[in-house]
Amino acid sequence: MTEPVLSIRDLSVEIPTRKGVVCPVDGVSYDIQPGEILGVVGESGAGKSMAGNAVIGLLNPPARIAKGEIWLNGTRIDQLSGDAMRRLRGKEIGMVFQDPLTSLNPLLQIGDQLTETMLTHLDISRSEAEQRAIAALQEVGIPGAADRLNSYPHEFSGGMRQRVVIALALCAEPSLVIADEPTTALDVSVQAQIVALLKKLCRERGTAIMLITHDMGVIAEAADRVAVMYAGRLAELGPVREILTSPSHPYTDGLMASTPLASRGKSRLHQIPGSMPRLNALPDGCAFHPRCPYVADKCRHDPGPQGVEGRAACWFPIVRERTA
Amino acid sequence: MDLVKVKNLSRSFDVSKPWLNRVIERQPKLFLKAVSEVDFDIAERSTYALVGESGSGKSTIGRMLVGLLTPSGGNVEIEGVDLAHETDAAKVSAVRADIQMIFQDPYASLNPRWRVRDIIVEPVLARGGETKGLAERLLEQVGLSAEDAGKFPHEFSGGQRQRICIARALSSEPRLIVCDEPTSALDVSVQAQVLNLMSDLKDSFGLTYLLISHDLTVVQHMADRIGVLYLGRLVEEADPDTLFSDPKHPYTQMLLEAAPRLDAFGREVVPPEGEIPNPIEPPKGCAFHPRCPFAVDRCRTERPDLRQIGTSRAACHLAE
Repeated sequence: MTEPVLSIRDLSVEIPTRKGVVCPVDGVSYDIQPGEILGVVGESGAGKSMAGNAVIGLLNPPARIAKGEIWLNGTRIDQLSGDAMRRLRGKEIGMVFQDPLTSLNPLLQIGDQLTETMLTHLDISRSEAEQRAIAALQEVGIPGAADRLNSYPHEFSGGMRQRVVIALALCAEPSLVIADEPTTALDVSVQAQIVALLKKLCRERGTAIMLITHDMGVIAEAADRVAVMYAGRLAELGPVREILTSPSHPYTDGLMASTPLASRGKSRLHQIPGSMPRLNALPDGCAFHPRCPYVADKCRHDPGPQGVEGRAACWFPIVRERTA
Repeated sequence: MDLVKVKNLSRSFDVSKPWLNRVIERQPKLFLKAVSEVDFDIAERSTYALVGESGSGKSTIGRMLVGLLTPSGGNVEIEGVDLAHETDAAKVSAVRADIQMIFQDPYASLNPRWRVRDIIVEPVLARGGETKGLAERLLEQVGLSAEDAGKFPHEFSGGQRQRICIARALSSEPRLIVCDEPTSALDVSVQAQVLNLMSDLKDSFGLTYLLISHDLTVVQHMADRIGVLYLGRLVEEADPDTLFSDPKHPYTQMLLEAAPRLDAFGREVVPPEGEIPNPIEPPKGCAFHPRCPFAVDRCRTERPDLRQIGTSRAACHLAE
């Protein structure tokens, strides 16, 4: 097996508040291999973005990493100083956020934003950086790339802006890209374009991508493996087809059943009762137990095993006959 | 029996620069046609869905239906009364009481300083109705408890707030509810709860819905009839089964193809070309022709009308 690009071991993030310490990420472990797209799904408040921010060192204080290790290409990065982390960010890890308008500087032409990133991280001349910027824009499918270098972000449409952000994330050739809800603000047809672009870049360059989203459809189409998060914990982790067709955690099972699907016709949607607990009011035992249809006494007291590859974080995982 | 008849409905917005700039820069006035010549009827006790991408005019139509915007052309008849042109105030008021709206963002559509009870009974109070015990009864009907009436909106989660919005919409016993992206701000598991609730209430109150959404799966699940909008025009209208199994218009086909599917692992889609054009200067002829893989010369010059094809209606020269 090749060395993973990113390896997270037992990562916990905590936020001290006046009413005690809450734990938005609790003992999460996963790896991403080169050229792989790992989908991280969960509802709002599940801790999926918080885990991504911890990797890139952008946790907003007072949030902090409480325990665990983050390894990037064999180097431990969770204890790096702010300065060392800044050199890493952009060079080794690229980032794509949900709203392309807030991640671009509205006062700078996009050519300047691209060359600045490259000049900071790579040892190249300005003219070479400009050549590379044009190539990067062409690669993400922006027509007339050479002419668009002098355009400002507001002159692009939403989908084109997101392409610029992707070009920006990739221009220093990082080994890992964290894409946090990259298509949520976009229309369906543009979303399909961006997903196809991410898949292409991942395949051609061998970049590893952490794709954080709440949209199961996007995960199904783009990801190789998927991590399902619930209330800060990893519910389950595995190959996307396996998890989505035969989930073993009751939460994933309920989530899949409650998604409207063509094949189900007009029957009533399956309902998971209640909603995700707030972090300051997590129930004892397994966080999902008040909503779980298979709850047993044990679940009310003991949180159960941590979710890892091939094992759901559940005392009584659903076992199915494989219909393959 | 059709509860709502929309005829030739249009709305344009003035997006010109200020007067002085226009004079100095010698620019003409600019108008954005958000909705042009849209026709459809909504049968009583049915769900009519409008789908389209951003800028397609779906919310503008919803707002014209409830009277938040006035049409710049055509008209909307609800229960046989044209709200924009009717002069008899009593008639207008009677119809108005039968229309309610649910908005996308349950955080922005509830007054944070009011108690839930006051929020829910306001539509009734405004018309001088009896409100004793009403909020408590409605809260239980939408799956919350009667004690919640004394709380403030911030004490509820997103899904619960949307339930409060639904309770408020129900309080004046409307016949038509316009739902503008009612579940877009909600998580999947909560979305299922709200959609089920909407279906149940439709049956028990005999409601008619206009459902505005960009999510094709939600629309397919809820609607009895679907209208697809592109750049302010209705390009196709059909019942869900026909629309999803046999889409006539190339735009609908593209939309269905592009929508992410749960059962399509690692599907290689050829992503659709291009984006929605600038609505201030829409393309001549069929507005979809620059992105359409089947476009012929006729599409570039002549705008197709909405024609009846089987049980559907489609605005395409080539559809059959």
